[in-house]
Order: sequence, then structure tokens, then C-alpha cells
Amino acid sequence: MDKIETIQIIDGNQAAALGAKLSRVQVIAAYPITPQTPVTEALSEFVERGELDAQYVAVESEHSALAVCTSASIVGARAFTATSSHGLAYMHEMLHWAAGTRLPLVLACVNRAIGAPWNVQNDQQDSISQRDTGWIQIYARNNQEILDSVIQAYRIAEKVYIPVMVCYDGYILSHTEMPVSVPTQKDVDKFLPKYKPHTILDPKNPKNYNLVTLANPRLNAENVLCHGYMEIRYLLQEALQNSRETIIEAGNEFGKLLGRNYGLLWKDNMDDADIAIVAMGSLALEAIVASDMLREEGYKTGVVGLRVFRPFPGREIAEVLRGARTIAVFDKNISYGLEGATCSEIKSALYGSGVNAVIRNFIVGLGGRNVAARELADAVKKSLSPSADNTLNKECPEWICYI
Amino acid sequence: MGTRSCGHICGESSPGIGEAGITGDWRDYRPVIDLEKCTPSRKNKPSCFQCWLYCPEAVISKTIPVEVNLEYCKGCGICAQVCPAHAITMVPEQGRGSSQEEVG
Repeated sequence: MDKIETIQIIDGNQAAALGAKLSRVQVIAAYPITPQTPVTEALSEFVERGELDAQYVAVESEHSALAVCTSASIVGARAFTATSSHGLAYMHEMLHWAAGTRLPLVLACVNRAIGAPWNVQNDQQDSISQRDTGWIQIYARNNQEILDSVIQAYRIAEKVYIPVMVCYDGYILSHTEMPVSVPTQKDVDKFLPKYKPHTILDPKNPKNYNLVTLANPRLNAENVLCHGYMEIRYLLQEALQNSRETIIEAGNEFGKLLGRNYGLLWKDNMDDADIAIVAMGSLALEAIVASDMLREEGYKTGVVGLRVFRPFPGREIAEVLRGARTIAVFDKNISYGLEGATCSEIKSALYGSGVNAVIRNFIVGLGGRNVAARELADAVKKSLSPSADNTLNKECPEWICYI
Repeated sequence: MGTRSCGHICGESSPGIGEAGITGDWRDYRPVIDLEKCTPSRKNKPSCFQCWLYCPEAVISKTIPVEVNLEYCKGCGICAQVCPAHAITMVPEQGRGSSQEEVG
């Protein structure tokens, strides 16, 4: 085992697997799917070689994978899974069970388009489609962030008892090698305390979790007034709202120990910017290239990268976009019939904040369509001219495609 | 007082009588036992107790006479179905959902 932090040239999937290994996960259940497969391969090798003291459970589906992780977590084990696209969709029911039971699972979602039509390449439709399941969602912009975020995810999840999805772009990150600082086990152990479950199944103190819970509160056998369904759901929302501080605290503590700070979002060149480009994941890195091009042409542009999508950092977004007069939001997903998901959230975050900027939404890069910095830059420039009907905001998003 | 003080953050319970609440108020039909026909009462011997055995809610006693705890009996009627002496009749409660008056 390495005594000092080493730089390794690894792809995003290896970074995720290493993050899970360094977090000393005890149970792994996953089903292979492109482009996540190498994560499962790497983890099964760690277990097989005796480098990781964990039980690797081979399952017949993603639904079962998350069911195994849920059960393992209830009895007090630190559990991990990874998936993509249709696999995540197949987990949908269990995503709700894990969050509703407040189990601190970590799931690596290697972002891939979802059918139909069939496609194995990248966009963020898979995880965005799961945004209302009550999971925290973190989006990494590079392989370093994948590794660091998996480790932080356990600290966050086990403090607030909410499962965390660490999302990263398929192929663009999952299959692209780049230098990654790998922390020592000793440092990770210092950062990550042992998992203390709020649930525990013990024959000496039998308990039943997720019993039929009716609408109204009930008096239990000991005459204690227990939650109805709605109170339990309220507590999940309350915990998500309050988790922002824990996410920030984990990011700061990680920075103190390992020199890399993390927050809810990040910004580049925003100090004097009146044009803001907003995006999530690796797309936000491409936006920096576009922004630098525009700076050279004399535009005052900057980039805001969303790291945490749930809980949505509305206050922080409004604060960082305070000086913007034009906001171009690029989405690698769409809520059909409306617009890109991040654009909707940003609009709602700005309501009542005093920011009265033009907001334009562009749908890009679906199903692995290449996103060139030049295209992003041209779209930003397009946002600067008034729309045909001279209104501030367009009702519908614009698509950067060949239709 | 709200429910926060129960300390749970998910649906949680421990085994105990009445843990799921007073389930007797779910009942639309009440089992009425005719002790003239009921085997243990008729023979005054601990025998039969098929109703006790089959009751999914464990609300029937293994006593002479057999007694049904109406606080928790949901009125499923299994006891009436399994009784070999046809001693149990399911009688409609007065008005659907008004059975709470009958219990406690």
C-alpha cells in the first residue's frame, strides 16, 4: 500500500473503483453495463486479489444489485454499486427504497444516453431522470473529482443518511485516462469515520423497517406517536435541504487534508463577467474553452460549473450569477415538453433574487454528439442578440443539432 | 406534540401487540361465535382450536370459551371459513367504518 499520495494515469472508471476501495466498502453488488463495466471488473479484481476486504455479490440485474446494497446497508455494511443508463432506470424502484429508508449508499452513475433509439454514448438523461428519487447527486468534471467525490460521498451520506449518486460522463471521463492524485489509505481513513447505521437488524432487538405506513401518524405498542407516511417524506426533504452544509463541510475537510477543496459549484472568470455560461459535469470544462475564446474576442464571459444538482444550490447560484446580464445554460438532458433540467432549476433559483438576466437554454451533446467549444461560443454569442419576438427569454430551448 | 420525538427517520417498528395501531377499526364484519356449536365449549375440553390456529392476526384465544380480541380483529372471516362446526358467523358491523364504537 502506498505511503504517500501518488499520481496515477487512470480513467474515470478506475478512479471510481479506487475511490470505493479507499473508502473500504464492505459489500459491492453490481451488474455490468456499458460504459460502467470496467468499474465492476476493477472492484471484483480488488476483492479476488485480497486487496479489498469486501463481499462481491454477483447479481442478475441492476434492480437486484441495489436490493442487495440496500439490505447490506440496513444491517450495517458500507455498500457500493455502479451503473449506467438502462441499468439506472431498472434500479428506479430501489432508488426510492434506499432513499426512503435513509440508507447511506454510494452509487457511481456513468452517464449514458437512454433508449430509444439504442445508444451507448454519453449524455446526462439517465441520472437527471432520477432526480426526484431523494438521492444527493454530485457531477464530476474530471477523473480526480470522481475519485475524491466517491470518498466524500460516504462521509456525506453517512452523516445525513441520504444515498449519494456520483455521476460522471461516459467515455469522456469513464474511458479517458488522465493524471489523478490517489490519496493514501491512511489519509482516507482519517477523513472517513466508520459507518454508524441508524438502522440495525439484531435478533436480540428485533425491528421491522418499512412497515406499511398509513397516511396518518399512529400510536405504537409503547404508546409513542410515530410518523405517518407524510412525516417520513418530510424528514427526507428536510435532510436534503440541510445536507448542503454537510457537503460543503466534507469538501472543506477534504481540502484541508488533501489539498483539494470542493463546494456545491465552482466558477471560472466570473468576477467581472456579464455573460455567464452554466453547465454540469465535463461539459462545464468544455465551456471554459469556449469562454476563453470569447474573452479573446473581447466578451466578458465566465463559467459556472454545477457540481451538486441535488440538493440544488439555489442560493449559491443566485449569488454567483448576480452580475450576469446574459446567462447561457447548456444541458445534456431535457425534460421533454419544457427545457433542460439545469436551466429550469436556475430560473427558479433566480426568481425573486433580483437577477433579471436574459436566460437562454441550449440542448447539446445528446447520445454522445460531439460538443465543440466553438459551437458553445457561437451559441453564447447568439444569446446576446434579442430573440425574434424581442422578449427576454425564449419559451423553448434551442438545440445544437442538424435538424 | 408532533411525531418528531419518536426519533425514527424511516418507517420503523418493533414487535408488540397493537404496534400497527387499533386495526379493529378496519373491520366491516365481526365474527360471532355460537358456543352451543363450538367444539371446546360443547365438550368442555381443549380441542379443535382451528380458528386460533388459522387466525392471521393472532387475535383468537386458545381458551374455553374461545374469545376474539375485537380491538385488533380485522374481520377477514378466515375463522368462520375454517370452523368445522360452523360455529362462527360473520355479522356486518353497524355501518361501514363505525366499528370503533364496538371496541375498547
